[in-house]
Amino acid sequence: MIYLWAFLVGGAICTLGQVMMDGFKLTPAHTMSTLVVLGAIVDGFGWYDPLIQFAGAGATVPITSFGNALVHGALAELERDGWIGIITGIFEVTSAGISAAIVFSFLASLVFKPKG
Amino acid sequence: MRRGKQTWEFNQKPTIIATATVVGPDEGKGPLTDCFDEINDDPMLQQPSWEKAERLLFERACELAISKAGKQTEDIDFMAGGDLMNQIISSSFAARNLAIPYVGVFGACSTSMLSLAIASQWVDAGAARTALAATSSHNSTAEKQFRYPTEYGSQKPPTAQYTVTGAGAAVVALGGSGPRISSATIGKVVDMGIKDPFNMGAAMAPAAVDTIKMHLSDLNRTPKDYDLIVTGDLASVGKTIALELMQQQNIPIEQTVYDDCGMMIYDFAKQKDIMAGGSGCACSAVVTYGHLLTMLTTGKPKRILVVATGALLSPLSYQQGETIPCIAHAVCMESEGY
Amino acid sequence: MAKVDRQTAQKQHKQQQQQKEQANYQALAKQNEPPRPLGTNMLKAFVAGGAICVFGQAITEAMVHWFDFDRKAAGNPTVAILIMISVLLTSFGVYDKFAQWAGAGSAVPVTGFANAMSSAAIEHRAEGLVLGVGGNMFKLAGAVIVYGTVAAFVVGLVHLILKSLGGS
Repeated sequence: MIYLWAFLVGGAICTLGQVMMDGFKLTPAHTMSTLVVLGAIVDGFGWYDPLIQFAGAGATVPITSFGNALVHGALAELERDGWIGIITGIFEVTSAGISAAIVFSFLASLVFKPKG
Repeated sequence: MRRGKQTWEFNQKPTIIATATVVGPDEGKGPLTDCFDEINDDPMLQQPSWEKAERLLFERACELAISKAGKQTEDIDFMAGGDLMNQIISSSFAARNLAIPYVGVFGACSTSMLSLAIASQWVDAGAARTALAATSSHNSTAEKQFRYPTEYGSQKPPTAQYTVTGAGAAVVALGGSGPRISSATIGKVVDMGIKDPFNMGAAMAPAAVDTIKMHLSDLNRTPKDYDLIVTGDLASVGKTIALELMQQQNIPIEQTVYDDCGMMIYDFAKQKDIMAGGSGCACSAVVTYGHLLTMLTTGKPKRILVVATGALLSPLSYQQGETIPCIAHAVCMESEGY
Repeated sequence: MAKVDRQTAQKQHKQQQQQKEQANYQALAKQNEPPRPLGTNMLKAFVAGGAICVFGQAITEAMVHWFDFDRKAAGNPTVAILIMISVLLTSFGVYDKFAQWAGAGSAVPVTGFANAMSSAAIEHRAEGLVLGVGGNMFKLAGAVIVYGTVAAFVVGLVHLILKSLGGS
């Protein structure tokens, strides 16, 4: 069942991205930035976690979950350490994604040449 | 000899004594595949970078043209060349290796006719006995500089154009055998406020029409006086707009055959990546030097006008919210003995 | 004085005419612009994006059942594996072909983020490891990180303010 919701919710978020790119003529960078901020705001209201419960990877795989993870980090540290947590906590939860992207991209650049 | 506002009429009618066209794999798969001197299967030409590959294409086209003319590089008095790269490094580095006195020019995709017009002026005025005009472009260097890294997954819209990978060179001299250059019109920069870098055709069409209009009025001619008028790279979107503009401005283009190099170089049915059509400095260069001039030599068309079109933006100007100013340069070529 | 006024008036008139011509031309250009196939693209994005998420779900389930991750923590290896696959597809020159078809369906999932970074790294290797790869890796993806971070900071700040206003 969660597979169905993963498909539907993930697909819907991507479709929203497509509307932004084709309908509003935004560049991919503008679109992704907007979606990330959207994810952060949705998590600010506490609505993103329930979405993850219900749609699984449909909510964790799109870039919106990056915004959610950044906010989670900030809020968790805020709870724990007070106001400084807003700054210290931001990258706590997302480090897997960013580290993986940096390391694998670097390794790829050592081995592969662009194909055009 | 200046005629009208912005046209040079060449009393000596300099001859294009040789041309050379060198292209990449996609151009080799298009309808003009038999027209090119050299087709490279490897778009990187076994070089360590795209930029070095483009430089090599430029050099090869120049060397081949010079050798086809039965000359040595020392025989060429001056060369005019340009390309799309920042600081026109493809031409400059090739000029370094060729060691020919060099005038670097930037006309974006109009460089082919810009450099040919300048070379013809030199020869006609006696400022050069033999001159070389050359230009190049490369799909990957253009994508890397103007748009995105080549492996980036961005979805191109239907108005986007596909930069031609190739280089074209022409050797110009007085006398000798070959098509003659009778006149050239230097264009003005025209900007109608188009901002979308993925719709160059719409940005460039007004410049093309302006130059065609000025060329005809400067020489007191109509389209009927030409067997073929060809724009450089307006592609499908720009060509349609240009036809409408010419109708609005009462230019009877239907008196002659009108086509566009960007629409001639690729097979729209089989090559799906090209969207609206070809673009890049090499587009007008390889189609003109490889195909159109051969048509002039075999005698069917007697007089053609090639109007190369260029968009003079940079990635920075676009990011700063600027519009896209464009320019078009025209060269009139005739068959020998016309 | 009168001559300057007349010149200014002529200039203004010319500018107005130019603006009118430009507006007319832009309308003509818009008319002739082949429309983007929004409906078809939306459908393709939906299917492609959904499929990537389903694949991600399968990875999460595998992490939970075979590698003893708990549901929450399984998100990390899922993202890492998707990123690795996306980098490989980018390296083989396949991702951009898929993306032309899938559009946002390939750009919005985290795979798009990995493609943005790896394509920039691979492309700029020609300029060296430090200035080329290091200096350009975040060329496309940087905006996402910047705006995500700023947004998280603002949301955190709002929470802090609301908390101190509302009492603990």
